[in-house]
Amino acid sequence: MSRAALLMLADGRFPAGGHAHSGGAEAAVKAGRITGAADLEEFCRGRLHTAGLVAASLAAAAVLRVPVRELDAAADARTPSPALRVAARKLGRQLMRAARAAWPSQELDAVAREFPKGAHQPVVLGVVARAAGLGASDAAHCAVYESVSGAAGAVVRLLSLDPFDASGVLARLAPEVDRVADLAVEAGRGAVVEGVGALPAASAPLLEIGAEVHAGWGVRLFAS
Amino acid sequence: MTVSGVRASARIVARADGRGGTALPVLEGEGPLALRRTRGSGGEARVMLVGAMSGPLGGDEFAVRAAVESGARLRVGSAAATIALPGQSKGAARYDVRLDVADGAELHWMPEQLISAQGSDLYVTTRVVLGTGARLVLREEQVLGRADEQPGRLTSRLTVCIEGRTLLDQELSCGPGAPSGWDGPAVLGGCRAVGQLVVVRPEFGAGAVAGAVGEGVAIMPLGGPAVLVSAVAADGLRLRRALDEALACLG
Repeated sequence: MSRAALLMLADGRFPAGGHAHSGGAEAAVKAGRITGAADLEEFCRGRLHTAGLVAASLAAAAVLRVPVRELDAAADARTPSPALRVAARKLGRQLMRAARAAWPSQELDAVAREFPKGAHQPVVLGVVARAAGLGASDAAHCAVYESVSGAAGAVVRLLSLDPFDASGVLARLAPEVDRVADLAVEAGRGAVVEGVGALPAASAPLLEIGAEVHAGWGVRLFAS
Repeated sequence: MTVSGVRASARIVARADGRGGTALPVLEGEGPLALRRTRGSGGEARVMLVGAMSGPLGGDEFAVRAAVESGARLRVGSAAATIALPGQSKGAARYDVRLDVADGAELHWMPEQLISAQGSDLYVTTRVVLGTGARLVLREEQVLGRADEQPGRLTSRLTVCIEGRTLLDQELSCGPGAPSGWDGPAVLGGCRAVGQLVVVRPEFGAGAVAGAVGEGVAIMPLGGPAVLVSAVAADGLRLRRALDEALACLG
């Protein structure tokens, strides 16, 4: 594997569009469920073990060559909120564009052709990781970390939270991020044998409900 | 001495009787899972699931299976809430529900709440398999702990397949021992009741259903002729009200 490629893919400055999404944090802040660093930490913990685990498992399975079409359908079934399904496909399409420029490959071209409106972002992340010479564990780590770093960054802007406090939250979550990534790789391997039905389906009702509330706002800082 | 839990199963088969009504050629329950046919209306057969013992307790394994054959209509309710309780045997209890709704058949699966009592440990799976043109209303409500009580450990997975495609696959884990963050602002935010309605109607295929939204409740069109209503509330009563209102919105 190339460690530099992993850093690139995980870098918030990689032009994949992630900065425009708050991972549900904007809706949670507005509803008063996040008011400071302590709430942010619990919010991120909930994301880690639900959306984070599911995304990382999809990404790991994609690296391990579970068919993209099946993974994309599995992602749909695990994302009941239409707003979140749209966001995931938009992010998938943007990541695909950036990745095809960075790591041109026939496989990326084929997936882009098959999903002109974008496949779910974690599935694309897995395909991209493989194109960049990375493994399942790398893709899982990227997905899990992204599931919390985006929300932490958004809360810094939404609440004017001290960025040092937000970084402290992420650092405290690091051991859990590693554990969830390991679980995701195991789940991805399980899907190779048992099919996508064996992938985790951990859900977070408030993230789904909040995404629908958020999608109905006239004015918002983040796309989701 | 090892104490082993209770194993019990119940089975319902609903079949169109050829005269516009629905017959129940199979209606079998045992132990804690007793079934009673009640008065139906129109072409619909009605069945009540009557809890004849307490439980599920730790180590118990319950399985309920209902098959609604082509053109038949079945409505299933329960006489009272189900309470998951700690048992004498170690290990989790299991409650598996498998519902098959054939082409053009209709099922209303409307049990009362599942209450997760302190110290209990239950894994519930509900798997619904629907054919072409099948109709479904399924309600699932979980109340975390009885009044002023800590909840037990509860994991519930709900899978809905239509014409061989999985439209919905969701698992919720809560209570002591669940992955951390379950009670936090991303998952339940301190709410003690959580529920879902799955409504499948062939006419939803056109995508005519709006994603209406209320406080703690969202109506979410899935990628097929189905809608998921997801709701969280402070208690079981408020949850039921939210789900009833959402169902009324769907007409």
